[in-house]
Amino acid sequence: MTELTCIVCPRSCKLQISADKETLIVTGNACKRGAVFAQNEMTDPRRTLCSTVATVFPEAPVLPVRVSDEIPKAKIFDVMREINRTVVKTRIGRGDVVIKNVLGLGADVIATSDLLKEKAGETS
Amino acid sequence: MKNESYDVVVIGGGPAGLAAAISAHDSGAKVLLLEREARLGGILKQCIHDGFGLIRFGEKLSGPEYAERYIDEFHARQIAAVTLTFVTKIEKTGSGFTVHTVSRNGVARYRAAALVLATGCRERTAKQVFIHGTRPAGVFTAGTAQHFTNLLGELPTKRCVILGSGDIGLIMARRLTLEGAEVLGVYEAKPTPSGLTRNLHQCLYDYDIPLYLSHTVTRVFGTDRLESVEISEVDEHMTPIPGTEQRLDCDALILSVGLIPENELAESLGVKLDPKTKGPVCDGQNMTSVDGVFSCGNALHVNDLVDYVSENAAVAGAAAAAYKPQKRKPVEIHISDTLLYMVPQQLDLARNNNKTAVYFRARGDYNNSRLALTVDGKEVFSRRYAFLRPPEMEKLELDFDGMGLTETSDVQFKLEPQTEKG
Repeated sequence: MTELTCIVCPRSCKLQISADKETLIVTGNACKRGAVFAQNEMTDPRRTLCSTVATVFPEAPVLPVRVSDEIPKAKIFDVMREINRTVVKTRIGRGDVVIKNVLGLGADVIATSDLLKEKAGETS
Repeated sequence: MKNESYDVVVIGGGPAGLAAAISAHDSGAKVLLLEREARLGGILKQCIHDGFGLIRFGEKLSGPEYAERYIDEFHARQIAAVTLTFVTKIEKTGSGFTVHTVSRNGVARYRAAALVLATGCRERTAKQVFIHGTRPAGVFTAGTAQHFTNLLGELPTKRCVILGSGDIGLIMARRLTLEGAEVLGVYEAKPTPSGLTRNLHQCLYDYDIPLYLSHTVTRVFGTDRLESVEISEVDEHMTPIPGTEQRLDCDALILSVGLIPENELAESLGVKLDPKTKGPVCDGQNMTSVDGVFSCGNALHVNDLVDYVSENAAVAGAAAAAYKPQKRKPVEIHISDTLLYMVPQQLDLARNNNKTAVYFRARGDYNNSRLALTVDGKEVFSRRYAFLRPPEMEKLELDFDGMGLTETSDVQFKLEPQTEKG
């Protein structure tokens, strides 16, 4: 039997996973997302990734980004290398794609802020 | 000099202030929000990791995404906001308040019938945890490291030690590792971790960053820049054990040793603070001991989820919009020693309390505990909890109006750990 802590939500359920021939039996999960998490974690562990990407704008030297979908855990540092190789040159906003289909993983790196569209003190 | 009048002035433009201002506006008030930074959003601007909004939006958002949803809502309502503006003084004048500010445009005064203090919290610093030694650069809070990394794009360390296992420390352990820094370990003086369990897994164990419980930093070394720290094991009273010292070479010591509600403005108004939360004593409408002054978010008590901050701030905003001076009928809420704290600390029976949110934390790690509410010795409510930990705040919604409370009622919440079924 394997024990895992579910990281889907702050509840942090303790999951017990046992294998019955081909199928995995998951207990300890408070919701069905926990069972899905355990399945994935045992076969193809994936994580989300949040970081920042450099920009050419001095008032906002970096723009926060994340992957649009979870990526294989083993690819995190490869994707970080791609993100750190990128420089944003246009005033893109929240949800805009920064790197399309990063490393062919089926997820985009997207901006998570409208920071570059704001002007300091705009609301005053 | 500017001298404008508002029904509600909200101080602080983070998640609490934004939600309070939106809610006050939607309740029909003329609202002004004051923010000292250039941009709205508060600390969420630098919390680029995801996990925000699961309760509020049913989605896993990053901090900026969560904040900007509220900022968009705020601007859509054309609520007045002044940024890069610092509140220097608040005076009680007549039936309301005068808020004095300073900004690039000089000094200004704003009149307010009611105030919402959404001033958030501050990180505990090295001075507050008694770290001895020299005073080199490189000793800073996790929030400062986060500011450098996520807003300025500057990596503040190549090789660091993190003291304290609070969530921001865990998040920064991962963040700095992702950016190529070496995190030697997270050291926690207490025998149990302070952060959320899932953060231990997704921030430390995923990256093979070790967590050392019952360890602390006892000295720092270095002249211009930090060169090394001394780590010691501690006993059950958190006193360092002689002979256990070890020295680690590093260029930064990052502190994640707790957050304290920021209430200097509240105190200047004579608002009574709760020593347990370090925030104001409030009623179910989030009104403090001073009539017309409301508190919400992390200024009221340090939350672990922003979703609850927004929810709680919306209550404060609506109550501030509806505020009219009237005599209070207060009744105290008492709690057992097994509870770290509970908010609100009292109820005003002159107001509606039929859907009152109650937030609390357990003092220890308790399995299968039972929370009971008694009024004059008679149990009127109870709930069982499979698992409670101090870092994980719990929320209840209760109808106090159906409990026949009076100002002299003895209202007691008692958490009984490890109770038998029955």
